[in-house]
Amino acid sequence: MDSGVGGRGSGVRTGTALVVDRTPDTQPLTPSFRARPQTMAGLAWWRFTRHRMAVVGLLVVAVLGAASALAPWLSPYDADKPQLQIQLRPPSPVHLLGTDDLGRDLLTRILYGGRISLSIGVLAMTLAVLMGTAVGAAAGYYGGAIDNLLMRFTDLMLSIPALFLLILLTLVLRSFPIPFLRGGVLAIVLAIALLSWMTVARLVRASFLSLKEQVFVEAARALGVGNGRIMIRHILPNAASPIIVAATLRVASSIITESGLSFLGFGVQPPTPTWGNMLKNAQDQMITAPWTAIFPGLFIFVTVIAINYVGDGLRDALDPRHLR
Amino acid sequence: MTTFVARRLLLLPLVAFGVTILIFALLQFLTPAQRAALFVTDPRQLSQIDAIIRKYGLDKPVHVQYWTWLKQLAQGDLGWSQTARMPTSTALATFFPATLELTIYIFIPVVLIGLWLGTKAAVRKDQFVDHFSRFFAISLRGLPSFVWGLIVLMVFYGWLNWFPPGRLSLDADLFVKSPEFHRYTRLMTVDALLNGQPWIFVDALRHIVGPAMTLVLVEMALIVRITRSSMLEVLRQDYVRTARAKGLAEPVVINRHARKNALIPVVTLTSLIFVGLLGGVVLAETIFNYPGIGKWGAEAAVQLDIPGVTGFGMFIALVTVVGNLAADILYAAIDPRIRLQ
Repeated sequence: MDSGVGGRGSGVRTGTALVVDRTPDTQPLTPSFRARPQTMAGLAWWRFTRHRMAVVGLLVVAVLGAASALAPWLSPYDADKPQLQIQLRPPSPVHLLGTDDLGRDLLTRILYGGRISLSIGVLAMTLAVLMGTAVGAAAGYYGGAIDNLLMRFTDLMLSIPALFLLILLTLVLRSFPIPFLRGGVLAIVLAIALLSWMTVARLVRASFLSLKEQVFVEAARALGVGNGRIMIRHILPNAASPIIVAATLRVASSIITESGLSFLGFGVQPPTPTWGNMLKNAQDQMITAPWTAIFPGLFIFVTVIAINYVGDGLRDALDPRHLR
Repeated sequence: MTTFVARRLLLLPLVAFGVTILIFALLQFLTPAQRAALFVTDPRQLSQIDAIIRKYGLDKPVHVQYWTWLKQLAQGDLGWSQTARMPTSTALATFFPATLELTIYIFIPVVLIGLWLGTKAAVRKDQFVDHFSRFFAISLRGLPSFVWGLIVLMVFYGWLNWFPPGRLSLDADLFVKSPEFHRYTRLMTVDALLNGQPWIFVDALRHIVGPAMTLVLVEMALIVRITRSSMLEVLRQDYVRTARAKGLAEPVVINRHARKNALIPVVTLTSLIFVGLLGGVVLAETIFNYPGIGKWGAEAAVQLDIPGVTGFGMFIALVTVVGNLAADILYAAIDPRIRLQ
């Protein structure tokens, strides 16, 4: 019933929202108490809220993000300073999630770790999406030799095991004196981004290949619009849906990748906490002090699942063909 | 078809050059002294860093170093891998069969259980099996694979002592290295049976189960999901309704009519998983101390073992290209609607 909605290039741009030309027969057959929004963004949001788990996921991510951002004000403890007289205390009213092997409050470290882990996820995703979109757009729009060159390079990057290349890249990037953020966070973000733009590039290329043949692109070109502007202002907004979904899922996989790197000893270096390196450090005390492993693991788990549900919800909201 | 295969095979040398150039270029960002540090095994040698740099030509321009490496490669010499303490080509020949064996033991259960669970979930959509398999898949994706590995290690080695890490127990290892034992295929479990030594077979199997179980859990989720959605798609089609209308029994409709067509996208996915496993089992091999190619590759990268890293990268890239080509051919073979050109 939604097949007519948001068809590529069927909308007219007014302000920031796409207004869809809808005929009365595309109205939902099921009665709804809320009127359906008429803008593209409003419609997507309306569909997103139908997906209950996605809304829950969004709330969870928002709460985790806010709690991490406000960590210095929420927690009375120091995240880094060792307090050897209270090592490995189990959860108690004083230390809600217990303390770690150096007597630091676990909840405090998890909140501070969340700042780093979530930032890594979001920053790596942003960089990867920017790179992937640039490569994919150029390849799909210009075609020919450029397309061939860029896509063969993408294939090449995909044929080397990611974790192996990540280790090399992290080692190399670490040897540069990159300022900003302690514990080599930026090097990790760069390394993860440099190795995860390929899937986005393929997605964007595929969309651009079909969109560039559409009449509205021809119209824009006839009006004398330049290539760059056609790509960014005319085609990209129509190719945005799959990019947004892929970007959301990329945040979760970046968090997982960072923890894998941390496990091999190449993640963010202690004492800067991330969920990944906390989990790795807890490895030796997994039996005697299970809370040091369980809670960081639980935060990764909940975050990743919440983000994946948000991604699912966005897919349903942005691409009505998936609604089944 | 033949031209398609030929053209793809022509890509092989290009990929090999591309990967090695990429790795070489990456390593050039390190100073010669950093790269020379690998050759230092004794603190007293630190004074000789300059001599080492000169001896291995580490301060030469990158194209000179790459050319030297290529000349060596032309003679079949991939250089000495410091991490493996053997020539890189020998290291590849030693570690790859172990990974291949592990991959086979992961692949078979992944495909069998994945297909079975995926079909069940599609046939009983929105019932218990469906919800269970979806919950299962989502929770497996929620944690990094090394966490699952540690849990498996803790339960099945730490508590139950069923599945130890490593490749073989001490006595089995000694026997395998003796001249009595012939390495026919280099796959330990197969060789054990060919030599008529069932106890070595059991021992090798016990060491494989740990990493295999971990990766089966992680990889299966994807197969279940794709099988389910592909199966749902097929079950909606007219010919399935026709089959039912003819009065065919439900198992016949599902297994003989529907599943065959639903398998087409799954085949591509499974071959991609197989190829991915061959190069991507770094974490599981590291956790279970399994002497496969992934563990060695990660060690080589950690220690900046340049010949090791380059050889590993090139080898895995070639395996990936050949594997993907095989997947494409397989895809065309099972689906006559697809013609390769």
